[in-house]
Amino acid sequence: MSVGGFRTGTVVLRGGTVIDSSGSRSTDVLFSVDDGRILAVGPGLEGDHTLDASGCVVAPGLVDLHAHLRQPGRDEAETIETGSQSAALGGFTAVVAMPNTSPTIDSPAMVREVQRLSEGAYCAVYPAAAITVGRRGETLTPMAALVRLGVRFFTDDGDGVQNARVMRKALEYASSLDHLIAGSQPGKVPGLDDEKGFASSNSGTRTERSGRASGLGGVVLAQHCEVDELSVGGYMHEGEWSSRLGLPGQPAEAEELMVMRDVALVRLTGARMHFLHLSTAGSVEIVRAAKRSGLPVTAEATPHHFTLTDASCANYDTVFKVHPPLRTEADVAAIKAGLADGTIDAIATDHAPHTTADKNMPFDMAPPGMLGLETALALALTELDLPIEKILALMSWQPAAIAGINDSQGGPIVPGASANLCVIDTDIQWKVSGASMASRSSNTPFEGRVLRGRARHTIAAGKVVTMDGEIQR
Amino acid sequence: MNTSCKAEVDASTDRTSRPIGPHLLSIIDYDRADLEHILDLADAFEEVSRRRTPVPALSGKTIAWLFSEDSTRTRLSFEIAAKRLSAVTVNFTVKSSSMNKGESLLDTVETLEAMGVDGIVVRHACPGVPLQISQWVENASVVNGGDGCHEHPTQALNDLHTARSRLGSVNGAHVAFVGDIRHSRVAGSGVHAFSAMGANVTLVAPVPLLPNSLAGWPVAVTHDFDSVLDDIDICYMVRTQSERQAEACVPSLGELRAEYGLTTARADRLPENALIMHPGPMNRGVELDGEVADRPNAVVTTQVASGVPVRMAVLFLLLGSESGFDISKALDVVAA
Repeated sequence: MSVGGFRTGTVVLRGGTVIDSSGSRSTDVLFSVDDGRILAVGPGLEGDHTLDASGCVVAPGLVDLHAHLRQPGRDEAETIETGSQSAALGGFTAVVAMPNTSPTIDSPAMVREVQRLSEGAYCAVYPAAAITVGRRGETLTPMAALVRLGVRFFTDDGDGVQNARVMRKALEYASSLDHLIAGSQPGKVPGLDDEKGFASSNSGTRTERSGRASGLGGVVLAQHCEVDELSVGGYMHEGEWSSRLGLPGQPAEAEELMVMRDVALVRLTGARMHFLHLSTAGSVEIVRAAKRSGLPVTAEATPHHFTLTDASCANYDTVFKVHPPLRTEADVAAIKAGLADGTIDAIATDHAPHTTADKNMPFDMAPPGMLGLETALALALTELDLPIEKILALMSWQPAAIAGINDSQGGPIVPGASANLCVIDTDIQWKVSGASMASRSSNTPFEGRVLRGRARHTIAAGKVVTMDGEIQR
Repeated sequence: MNTSCKAEVDASTDRTSRPIGPHLLSIIDYDRADLEHILDLADAFEEVSRRRTPVPALSGKTIAWLFSEDSTRTRLSFEIAAKRLSAVTVNFTVKSSSMNKGESLLDTVETLEAMGVDGIVVRHACPGVPLQISQWVENASVVNGGDGCHEHPTQALNDLHTARSRLGSVNGAHVAFVGDIRHSRVAGSGVHAFSAMGANVTLVAPVPLLPNSLAGWPVAVTHDFDSVLDDIDICYMVRTQSERQAEACVPSLGELRAEYGLTTARADRLPENALIMHPGPMNRGVELDGEVADRPNAVVTTQVASGVPVRMAVLFLLLGSESGFDISKALDVVAA
């Protein structure tokens, strides 16, 4: 990276409270800009530069499992540069970039292209690759070759893999690829492996051919859960509001049926599965039961699904059009409960930029999706009744483990570790404004809302990429 | 008729300059007094309409039809209404398919406004488009001419106007909407319009042809048409919007007719004075038997006729408040 506030030397984060997966303590943190590592953790440290962290939380950088950075193909809506600036402003030091670009990230050439485009980014960008070629749900991508290039996360996000036979094959094949990951030592992640109890147990699965030592680390398939037969032609959640508005809806069951099917496929194959953007109470309950029976599944939920409901669509404002759609109050409550009790492992943004011209369309034609990177942390702090330690687990070390990037992201703040950090002012009140975001788009559904908490400084691999909420070029 | 419109004129002077505006988007925005106000004015405009000579109520105003779907009677009756009020009318057909993007709808609307259009009547395949356009315009008034499966508020006004002129009042009347309610914008507006006027509304349809949720709908529901026949004051046969859409929901159109069609046998069981309504165009032999449509209590053509004075009233209320046009004087001229 060539970006960052200080070009060289050492930086001390002074006066903050360090919170990581090992606990909380008041201490300074010294890191090196040059080699991107933490040098020392302790009181009274001195460095070439000082960043004030007094009254703030110093945490491992946030990790987003789900961002649409739109490059290549949709540069008008977002680029990796502007998307990673958004991420940095939101406290993220790593994002998993979704492969539904144009063309699809489904080949070694495309992965290399995204890796090349990410070289100057403001955070680490991990390209996810599609499960099937062109996300058409038919032929598997060259997964082994893609894993050799560093891909750990496979998804046809935007669409679910409809064919159960194809999904079964993908799960079985993915579970045979861990040996390709150099030095693959799936790490224990406090709060994730321990609680879920699937670390060394395949007891819930029918086959043990996957030979997985752990449920985490290695390659993961992530499913966009939506049975097209039930959801096709639906533009919002099917229920009271869709009927009032005359808009065709998607029933909650379109999502839940696929969660159910894939839980069954995980039981059949023993392979690991991550569920993207759960949005319904039923989905949360199915995943809860699957985890209870020891199956190696993880799940994420987005900030908009724990804050907004389908009533937001009352004025046909397409900024609220999103897939999966905004659901009901009961679903919002269930997502919050799932985040609180560990059923849902990660908060992921599903950051989905769209130009104003694209959003200023009839509801049926407007593309689904909303911005998320710059508001996710504040929404979690404002809307979730959870301690900050839990929120950081959901936004940093747990998603890092799911993505298999916990060697450099989300780890404990100790000497020698990668300096991927964020400094969070948990008390600051601020007003959301799409126009002032770093994203090329402004389609935030939270326009004008006053939120609490914001990333103050973000350090990506030792580079100070944001300082006092400003991008450092 | 003259006495009722005198009373109406007095009522209208008490109201704000744009009593139903600036836009007419959804029937749910109006209460009984609002609806009666529009209907009373429509009664008055019926006289104006009858003499065929345009009155200068909207002279100097330009009204654009922005249509993404075929429309015959709605567009024609708006056009005749506008011309009898001396407005200039222009047509703009837009493509609603994402396969034929061309100019965006927003750009089209801005173009129309730049040319100085005062009113835009919108018909679009997607629900909510008239409301979206009303948020994009700066000065023009927007009228919902039918948006997807959502609403068709001026059709509901026509239907109220027709029912009121035949029954005197719909207060306390039992109105059954029968057939493909799910895909019907006519029912979407009509249910709320009749209910606001004091009618009791029953939806008669199989579950796949009902909205997914009826929360907030002031209706009773039955799947058994025969069970309510004896007790209906207005039997509103909903048009099967798209045979393909309806057939995807029920086994066949034949079965739909057998269970939910107003056949001769069923029509014979209706109370003697019950009105038979249909928004047109009719699928004879599907929603109702051909012979039934021609009975004296079938008021389908009256519904069409109501369209002109109702839309004159709507356009005048939205666009004519500053014209200085005085309908009572115009009617005095007629009387003289």
